Amino acid sequence: MLKPLVDDDGAPYFEYAAKGELRMQTCANCGEVLFPPRPMCPRCQSTEFEWKLMSGRGHVWSFAVPRPPLLPDYAAFAPYPVVVVELEEDRRLRLVGNLVASEDAGAGLEAQLASVDPATIEIGQPVRAVFRQIEGLFVAAWTPDE
Amino acid sequence: MTPTPLKDRAAIVGIGQTEFAKHLEPSEKALACRAIAMALDDAGIAAHEVDAFAAYTMEATDEVEIAKAVGAGDVTFFSRVGFGGGGSCATIGHLAMAIATGQASVGVAWRSRKRGSGPRPWTDTVNQLATPAQWTRPFGLLRPVDEIAVLARRYMHEYGLTREQLGAVAIACRNRANANPAAIMYDRPLTMDDYLNARMISDPLCLFDNCLETDGALAVVMVSAERARDCRQPPVHVHAFGQGLPAQHHGMVNYWNDDPLAGPSWIAAKHLWKHSDFGPADVDVAQIYDAFTPLIPLSLEGYGFCGKGEGGAFADDGGLELGGRLPINTSGGGLSEAYVHGFNLINEGVRQLRGTSTNQVAGASTCLVTAGEAVPTSAVLLRRD
Repeated sequence: MLKPLVDDDGAPYFEYAAKGELRMQTCANCGEVLFPPRPMCPRCQSTEFEWKLMSGRGHVWSFAVPRPPLLPDYAAFAPYPVVVVELEEDRRLRLVGNLVASEDAGAGLEAQLASVDPATIEIGQPVRAVFRQIEGLFVAAWTPDE
Repeated sequence: MTPTPLKDRAAIVGIGQTEFAKHLEPSEKALACRAIAMALDDAGIAAHEVDAFAAYTMEATDEVEIAKAVGAGDVTFFSRVGFGGGGSCATIGHLAMAIATGQASVGVAWRSRKRGSGPRPWTDTVNQLATPAQWTRPFGLLRPVDEIAVLARRYMHEYGLTREQLGAVAIACRNRANANPAAIMYDRPLTMDDYLNARMISDPLCLFDNCLETDGALAVVMVSAERARDCRQPPVHVHAFGQGLPAQHHGMVNYWNDDPLAGPSWIAAKHLWKHSDFGPADVDVAQIYDAFTPLIPLSLEGYGFCGKGEGGAFADDGGLELGGRLPINTSGGGLSEAYVHGFNLINEGVRQLRGTSTNQVAGASTCLVTAGEAVPTSAVLLRRD
């Protein structure tokens, strides 16, 4: 699988995810919550940030179900759903990620990419963050929130 | 009234293009040179008079190599436009500005690509994870079609866009290609059944929602409106030009705006119409960037041909066909003529205004040409005297 690129702006996201926390870059001056992370607050131009703990709850904003031709690691598990989740805190905080059947869906690519039948996914359905590893990096994934 | 020094100051006087195919033998550089030589010949202008170039940043051959090979003179203006297919019309706009302001007198814009026989850009896993791709690709949105599929499904959810409406877009383009001998899909009709039964590429988008992988090159030659009167071909004026990069926009994964379904075309359109004597109702024919079918209804909304969420319905009942409300992509477009990053749409716009299209719209005097929606984009409104 492709390993997410860890740059200066986004590094704290991965550090917190490794602790099981979904935190978003937040301007220390005006409180604007930002995603994706960046070096300056577009509202007040501050360069000081905090990382605010999110509830981890959101809704499916949209999704796609890719099929081959794909990179080989991904093709092996296609068709798999990829969801865009809108966080409860702010509708503009939308994270692309994978939907897993449950918190203990197991490790490995299949659990990550293809443990949920795409036909069961609906726009607007509630989901909550669980944490998975991609190539040793922790990232938020999503599981149906009953 | 706002001064508009660009309006009708520059004109396209030459067009050239190579054959389009899944595989062509010559290199991208060689194809580019051939297309430029044909465009100069079409214009009746000698290569040594060329003093300006404009191209996409994704062009593999630079203007130094091109100028040297085709025999350009001393070059005083050169410009590169980023964001892939969003750059097509901007190459024309930048040359028009250079000519209107006296920075250059004879401009060449071109696009050469071996996408049919070459590697897919998305398989370049070494260089693909710059922001914002680091937040999308590892999770499996690997290709441009996956990124657009997410937007398309949201569009279906919010506004009731249907697969049949996307099929109507694909079929309108295919019908035009069926009458254009230069098109890759010249003799291959497409029915709604074919469309609805095609294999999915990224659900909800199927094979026929995707443009063609093509080898080929195209070019245009531009001069001032004054000089254009004395050229071999009737001049096609660049009446208005706009670029668009919305606030808080992100590449082609525009999921972080207030409204991701109002993309860069809305910004380019606002500027374009502000500096034009015409409005959407005055457009006789349009060439709308079509790397993927959903880009057409999104662009129809952005450029003001219909209201928000009405782009799908606009395609119903033959709205985009010849004789419909707005005939589009009259050479077949990226979906059915060739996908050369949208540059074939520019050449077809010129042919429509010369009256030489294989799908001629009778009496066409204005043509809108747009670049890629969902990426930072551009558009030109072309007109004839």
